[in-house]
Amino acid sequence: MTMKRRTALKLGVAAAASLAAPRLALASDVVKIGAVAPKTGPLAGGAAVTQWPNITLWASQVNAKGGLRVDGAQRMVEIIEYDDQTNPGETIKAVQRLATQDNADFIVAPYGTGLNIAAAPLFDRYKYPHLAVSAITDQIEDLSAQFGGMFFLLGSTTAFVKSVVEVLTRMQGDGTLTGNAVAMVNVADAFGIELATAARPLFAQAGFEIVYDTSYPLGTQDLSPVVKAAKAANPNAFVAWSYPPDTFGLTEQAIIEDMQIEAYYTAVATCFPAFGARFGAAAEGILGAGGVNPDSAAFKAYADAHMAVTGSAPDGWASATTYASLQVLEQAIAAVGLDREGVTAHVKASRFDTVLGDMTFNADNFNERFWTVGQWQDGVYQGVAETGRDGAKPVRVKQGWA
Amino acid sequence: MDIIIIGLLLGGTYALIAMGLNLQYGVARIMNLANGEMLVAGGFTAFWFYTAGNISPLLTIFVVAPVAFAANWLIFRIMLEPLVRRAKNRGQLEVDAILATFGMSFITVGLMLAFFGGDYFTYAFLAVPVTILGDTYAQNRVVAFAAAVVICAILFAWITYSRPGLSLRALAVAPQSARLVGIDVRGRAAIAFALGGAITAVGGALISSFLTLDASTGVAFTLKALIIVIMGGVGDVRGTIVAALLLGVVETLVASLIDPGLTLAAAYTLFILVLLFRPQGLFGRRTT
Repeated sequence: MTMKRRTALKLGVAAAASLAAPRLALASDVVKIGAVAPKTGPLAGGAAVTQWPNITLWASQVNAKGGLRVDGAQRMVEIIEYDDQTNPGETIKAVQRLATQDNADFIVAPYGTGLNIAAAPLFDRYKYPHLAVSAITDQIEDLSAQFGGMFFLLGSTTAFVKSVVEVLTRMQGDGTLTGNAVAMVNVADAFGIELATAARPLFAQAGFEIVYDTSYPLGTQDLSPVVKAAKAANPNAFVAWSYPPDTFGLTEQAIIEDMQIEAYYTAVATCFPAFGARFGAAAEGILGAGGVNPDSAAFKAYADAHMAVTGSAPDGWASATTYASLQVLEQAIAAVGLDREGVTAHVKASRFDTVLGDMTFNADNFNERFWTVGQWQDGVYQGVAETGRDGAKPVRVKQGWA
Repeated sequence: MDIIIIGLLLGGTYALIAMGLNLQYGVARIMNLANGEMLVAGGFTAFWFYTAGNISPLLTIFVVAPVAFAANWLIFRIMLEPLVRRAKNRGQLEVDAILATFGMSFITVGLMLAFFGGDYFTYAFLAVPVTILGDTYAQNRVVAFAAAVVICAILFAWITYSRPGLSLRALAVAPQSARLVGIDVRGRAAIAFALGGAITAVGGALISSFLTLDASTGVAFTLKALIIVIMGGVGDVRGTIVAALLLGVVETLVASLIDPGLTLAAAYTLFILVLLFRPQGLFGRRTT
């Protein structure tokens, strides 16, 4: 009885302490980290998988360790979250508010290429280091020249397209891709159009013939005409520069049409755990954007923690990179303190130890070593192509949809 | 031929999306901008039942329908009836209802985010090919189409031949006069609104078997429903069905024969043509 009462008392005290602690700490020694990304709107589904859980995970891990190391002391972090409704105007307002009203010490980069570029001038004005992850573009040189604190972690448009072409070329070399006919479709949105435009000359240079080439509007509710026409063109490989809802829709139709294909690629969301869960055995051999090395010790520890803290698994691409961007921030703060320009200078000049391995930036603030293509192999999303990361697996041929 | 069948299947989906809004707007006079959220909520429920208990969406709809009916009835009674009561004319009610339901759509999105999270939800139900006249189609789409046919047929028969249906039609045509002949206008309007919500939620449950949804996709469905209802003629069940099928067939024809990139353009061209030449909708009555 007394034991019980004491335990209850302890719990009560702990609960009270945990409630009171953040408030007591608020005064001066909390480090405020702003976060603005979609919780509603078209990109909310992606942000809910890739962006928000990593912020939660990182903050909880840092606070469990006793806080961020700042100038030799430890300070807890407090996350201030804003929903930008996938609307660039709202992103800008939220960053402004974080900078001027909330006095955030640092701000996590927004989610999505357009939203990152929209916010870049404000990050620059208030001298926040801008570690952009979910922003894939070929304008990296121009953007980093204009905004000195803007970094790019996930890769460039051309690098992604090149890797897909290389993977298909490699399969031709292996004899698993027996022809050069490619059916290519893209979502009619900045991302899909940019990738398709970059892909056309690269496929031609590599000796591929694009036998079907079309776009479809974002949010198309029936993709069966697209898949039927692609199938009728008799391609050896199917490549879709697609967004999450259409990645699912195209794949479902490909299964129903029983598209006979040696390589099948869909872009964003192929790496999502929901994709593997949804298609099960049919997902085997499907290629997609991104990739990780799920066998590395660092990634395993990260994935376990992600599961334990947020209740969901990380995706096979930008999740780990988003987490890595926070690790970079944490290590830079530990080195130079809360001086934002000092942090930016330190990020430019230093080498960081992240879940993806060590990370550095070139003269254009570009992390040149990243994963580009992944593939579902035995129920796991494996990286099969990269620009300088360890652990890529050999590509497999797509064998039916069973 | 396969183009026509794909188009009809898509049209069936569109009928499921738009039928509920037609009742809510045509009979209850509430331009419900939270209609899409009700659809997504129905889809969430089907997803949850399927993944947690492996229960077919075809059974789930029998749970979804009464719950959605009750919820929409309460929404109408508590939130919308005061607007109806204070509105001096139809125009004012329309503006008030749009504002109120616009707000409600944000609240619903927020609630769904809180309960279900912002992740995509998708599951494999009847995602197998079925052969009709030598071509393959997705079985889940065919099933949804069949369900749409059943729902539309029952609704049409009920509205056309039953006494409560008659009073709903009276309400759609002339709410003022309906009162004079002893129809309980507010009670009937609440029923129509609730029924509309229930049909939308059932549509969502069926659609979730082949579309990938998330908490904030509702607005896309509201827009589509709005186009179809206005094209078909407000308050007319036949109009909505014809407009939905027409839209499905036109979109598929354009996607298959011209370019999939032009489907949206085709849909809006059709919409503009209808507005230009039959502003009251295909089956609508000219307002006097």
